[in-house]
Amino acid sequence: MNRLLLHPAIRPGVFLFALTPFLWLAYAALADTSGTLGANPAETLIRNTGELALRFLCATLAITPLRHWTGWQALARLRRMLGLFAFFYASVHFLCFAWLDMGLDLQAMLADIAKRPFILVGTAALLGMLPLAATSFNRAIKALGARRWQVLHRAVYGVAGLALLHFFWMRAGKNDFADVAVYGAVIGVLLGWRVWRKWRPITS
Amino acid sequence: MHYQPDRGFQHPVASEITPKAVYETRRDCLRALALGAAGSALGAWAARDALASTAAPGKLAPLPGARSSVSGAATMEKPTAYKDASTYNNFYEFGTDKSDPVRYAQSLKTRPWTVAVEGEVRKPGTFDIESLLKLAPMEERIYRLRCVEGWSMVIPWVGWSLSELIKRVEPTGNAKFIQFVTLADAAQMPGLRSSVLEWPYVEGLRMDEALHPLTLMAFGMYGEVLPNQNGAPLRLVVPWKYGFKSSKSIVRIRFTEKQPRTSWETAAPHEYGFYSNVNPKVDHARWSQATERRIGEDGLMTKKRPTLMFNGYESQVGQMYAGMDLRKFL
Repeated sequence: MNRLLLHPAIRPGVFLFALTPFLWLAYAALADTSGTLGANPAETLIRNTGELALRFLCATLAITPLRHWTGWQALARLRRMLGLFAFFYASVHFLCFAWLDMGLDLQAMLADIAKRPFILVGTAALLGMLPLAATSFNRAIKALGARRWQVLHRAVYGVAGLALLHFFWMRAGKNDFADVAVYGAVIGVLLGWRVWRKWRPITS
Repeated sequence: MHYQPDRGFQHPVASEITPKAVYETRRDCLRALALGAAGSALGAWAARDALASTAAPGKLAPLPGARSSVSGAATMEKPTAYKDASTYNNFYEFGTDKSDPVRYAQSLKTRPWTVAVEGEVRKPGTFDIESLLKLAPMEERIYRLRCVEGWSMVIPWVGWSLSELIKRVEPTGNAKFIQFVTLADAAQMPGLRSSVLEWPYVEGLRMDEALHPLTLMAFGMYGEVLPNQNGAPLRLVVPWKYGFKSSKSIVRIRFTEKQPRTSWETAAPHEYGFYSNVNPKVDHARWSQATERRIGEDGLMTKKRPTLMFNGYESQVGQMYAGMDLRKFL
């Protein structure tokens, strides 16, 4: 498996796989007449991009635990790309909200961010990802030093919490927590495993 | 801020005003019709008055309605595509996703169907759906529909004014409110498994609101019987209130002295009031109500359109709320 993961086609393949939903949504939005995005295309775009961001965030957080559980160390090669895709989809998600829902009206957006706590939390999650995306390339790691870089990138745990709270709050209006529970469980396991590793009693 | 009541002269939508040039040639049009210059062709066109003109989508049993004479009963705005109106629905008994109702409501049995009318009335009873269909002549009403979530549609409903039923059951002097109860059958409605709301779904109106001629008991839309996901076989339509006030698939109508507690009031009292009139000046607890997205019409990049006071029915219904603080009576 490790050898398969090291195959030169793996990274371009994952890149294309991760980009496919975006290409599909962009195509459906531009060929709007077909009604592929349903009766409320703006809502469909906002919700799908948000959920994609959440999924890629989960995938990014899953890399380290998976490496430990399976021994597929080569998975680490995919982590940065998955993290950047999470940031990419979160940015598109925000852009869709700002453009399609708010008409790029800055004043309306500020009022909305103040009015709706879940928008505030979502915006905070996106801003939290910004320094991580900005320091994702090799030279930044070198410049910061691996230790400091790692400490900085632990902020992703906070981002995951904010993203989950954002999703929870959005669905709370309808007391509809089925999907939130699934993402909550996934993120709970991925973060819980890290806590457990750090605090587990030292044996042998 | 000065509150300016609508006295009926202010038209928010310019398209509702007949241009003078058209108005002045009215007699010419009539004369042309009478002369039969284009007699056979225009004769059919003139006869459209007998039955309203919305093209039926040809999916369900036809249910034609005559053009209504009620003021405000036929907006000139373009009706929403049937496909959008019948696939983008909030009907939580079938699930909270907009696409759930069309998926899960198909098995809903709408025959036999009865509606119990009870409470403060002299003639309570159980009405069969067939007798309700014949209770009064069917009218077509083209109403704007504004959802509390911030989107809107224009839907040609078919039905009769709820007042037709009310006067037949003779409310007593104690009847101040009417409560509407939606079917709650877990065997047919998968959404009942979730605890989103308290079941059955309960809504209510004040008596004067219920008696208002615009308040419609609808049995059809787009010239056909209602699709299940839109509240078959009969539902309420109250066009100046947010959509959730218009109960679907009604099985019980109770006349009460006290204001009934609605399902949404129980779920979130600070977010959904008993009145829930469409009001661009009073925001929802979590979002602005100043604008709306018209489904299927406003393009993806179009700015949302302004929401109208009482959803544009202020000149018809505004006086019912004279003196009421609409910020307090949500």
